[in-house]
Amino acid sequence: MFNPLAILRSLGSLVVNKIARLGHASRFSLAVLLNSGAILRRYPLTLREIWFSGVLSLIIILVSGLFVGLVLGLQGYEILQRYGSADALGTVVALSLLRELGPVVAGLLFASRAGSAITAEIGLMKTTEQLKAMDMMAVDPVARVVVPRFWGGVISMPLLAAMFSSMGIFGGWFIGVVLIGVDDGSFWAQMQDAVDFRYDVWNGFVKSFVFGVAVALIAVFEGYDADPTAEGVSRAITRTVVTSALAILALDFVLTSFMFRGTP
Amino acid sequence: MNRTTLDLWVGFFVALGMAALLFLAFKVGSFSGAQIEHTYQLQAKFDNIGGLKVRGPVKSAGVVVGRVADIRFDPETYEAVVLLNIDTRYTFPKDTFASIYTSGLLGDQYVGLEPGGDERKLATGDTIFKTQSAVVLEKLVGQFLFSKAAESQDKK
Amino acid sequence: MSDEILVDIDNLQFDYGGKPVLQGVNMRIPKGKVVAIMGGSGCGKTTLLRCIGGQLRPSAGKIDVDGQVINEMSRSQIFAMRRRMGMLFQFGALFTDLSVFENVAFPLREHTRLPEAMIRDLVLMKLQAVGLRGAKDLMPNSLSGGMARRVALARAIALDPSLIMYDEPFTGLDPISLGVIGQLIRRLNDALGATSIMVTHDVQESLLIVDYIYFISGGQVVAEGTPDEIRHSRDPFVHQFVYAEADGPVPFHLKAPPILDDLLQEVGRV
Repeated sequence: MFNPLAILRSLGSLVVNKIARLGHASRFSLAVLLNSGAILRRYPLTLREIWFSGVLSLIIILVSGLFVGLVLGLQGYEILQRYGSADALGTVVALSLLRELGPVVAGLLFASRAGSAITAEIGLMKTTEQLKAMDMMAVDPVARVVVPRFWGGVISMPLLAAMFSSMGIFGGWFIGVVLIGVDDGSFWAQMQDAVDFRYDVWNGFVKSFVFGVAVALIAVFEGYDADPTAEGVSRAITRTVVTSALAILALDFVLTSFMFRGTP
Repeated sequence: MNRTTLDLWVGFFVALGMAALLFLAFKVGSFSGAQIEHTYQLQAKFDNIGGLKVRGPVKSAGVVVGRVADIRFDPETYEAVVLLNIDTRYTFPKDTFASIYTSGLLGDQYVGLEPGGDERKLATGDTIFKTQSAVVLEKLVGQFLFSKAAESQDKK
Repeated sequence: MSDEILVDIDNLQFDYGGKPVLQGVNMRIPKGKVVAIMGGSGCGKTTLLRCIGGQLRPSAGKIDVDGQVINEMSRSQIFAMRRRMGMLFQFGALFTDLSVFENVAFPLREHTRLPEAMIRDLVLMKLQAVGLRGAKDLMPNSLSGGMARRVALARAIALDPSLIMYDEPFTGLDPISLGVIGQLIRRLNDALGATSIMVTHDVQESLLIVDYIYFISGGQVVAEGTPDEIRHSRDPFVHQFVYAEADGPVPFHLKAPPILDDLLQEVGRV
């Protein structure tokens, strides 16, 4: 039945709910930051989480990076040689990886590999009352469970993105220099000439750090906030992946417009 | 998982990440922006700077000796004022000639410095007076067509 | 045993989303006793337990534990109080990423600075008390339900608490495990000189081990007494509960319009 008032009411309650959730997420983020001192006191836990979200993501990051680099090498060469500037292949591969593809694709992979696992783990601990039990034992679950996972993710992500970019550049070099026969010297020389440390490498690093914070925060929040049922946890995992992907792409746009504006 | 195995893996992971960062910093990129730490500032006025951009290179004899720090417009003389940050390791004579060149046919533009024979050196805040503007392709083509037209008229 | 009161609950009320769950509960739990709180599913027993533990804040009333009012404490004061409480959750709530040994060691590692050798001795003693020293290296997912609960019990008593709370300790156990857990609750309480509060709906098992019983229905205490008094109670609610009758003061049917109306309405719509 079409009832404008009812539609308006449900829309209103939807907006109110979303705003309340945002408020909840912000309060939670603040609690995570305030409790972050815990990573020093419990550094073995953080180490375990770096293993969990970093080391376990190594294979997917390295293999994906290699393939992205191989594709960039092929496509870049195909387009550049039309203009007779195949020597600039190194520049094209390195800049596209450092500025965009490295942080963004590594971020998306990280969200689906490590982010979803973090949400699942925390959500399951909530479902099986482990978080409540910890709270009853006078141990704050935010400090014991959430903070190490958050920082484990934040530390792992920029390192993974750097490995992704390096692997991609190696892939581009392999296709361009080894298989196609672009001159090795000019591949590296043109790349080094065009890539600036502060401007390209550092900005890419900052991007991957920001994405790491965003994905880790979304993952721990969704896990901590999940309905304590099997269905609730699976919905939380989906939300982690979707929200992280949107956050990465939106943040990428914002950061790019701040970082690479007006100057060459 | 055993504690030492865990430590080993995490250590390996962090070392690999650091190696990747160093690779990106030194092998892929160059510290061109960061390498020039101590600079002094010179000023040069051009009629036309073409496509010169801030942070563009300043070269002498093909070697990068500085960066373009800022580009302004002087409302009184209607000229472009270009501020150059030059590496303190290099000094140039007072009568140095500054021109704007293009690297390659369609590449980026840069400022080229050609030293003269003066004994006195340029110091911070000095202005380079002898300058040559950028070559604007449209003007060049226009001049070429004009002179061709003049030539064919002469022949008649 | 003295008749000193450890937990004093006065006119406790609790609302969940505007719906009253507890409406004026009064209880006095003496030191050293094992007290059971009984009632049907969803009557607010677990809520009551979590109010005592300070995990939920009541909307009105007072909970006094050992002279301190729980619902007026700050978070850090509650945390300090909880170090003297142990709680056994319904399905144990063991940390699935830690071994049995590490689970029991968890409170010791978090709250004390004992040397590793002493932690090891303490953990082995607690595991011995629940008869599972042989399972110290297993992971929780390879334990049966009864064993998991015994490990959780060892963890709950790791810091020698003065108040132990049990949330449905008998749910989903086979008769042997059930008897084992029941005996453990009684034995540990007396050995530690602790006080135990047990939320359950398993009447027969509880009557064997507890000192006193409270019945809760509709958010209020409806009956109380020692096991003997309860067995011979003429209260219709208690009678229905103890002898597991399907219908009585707790109706078999959920409130609904008369069935004839419902059926006719269904026909009318077709």
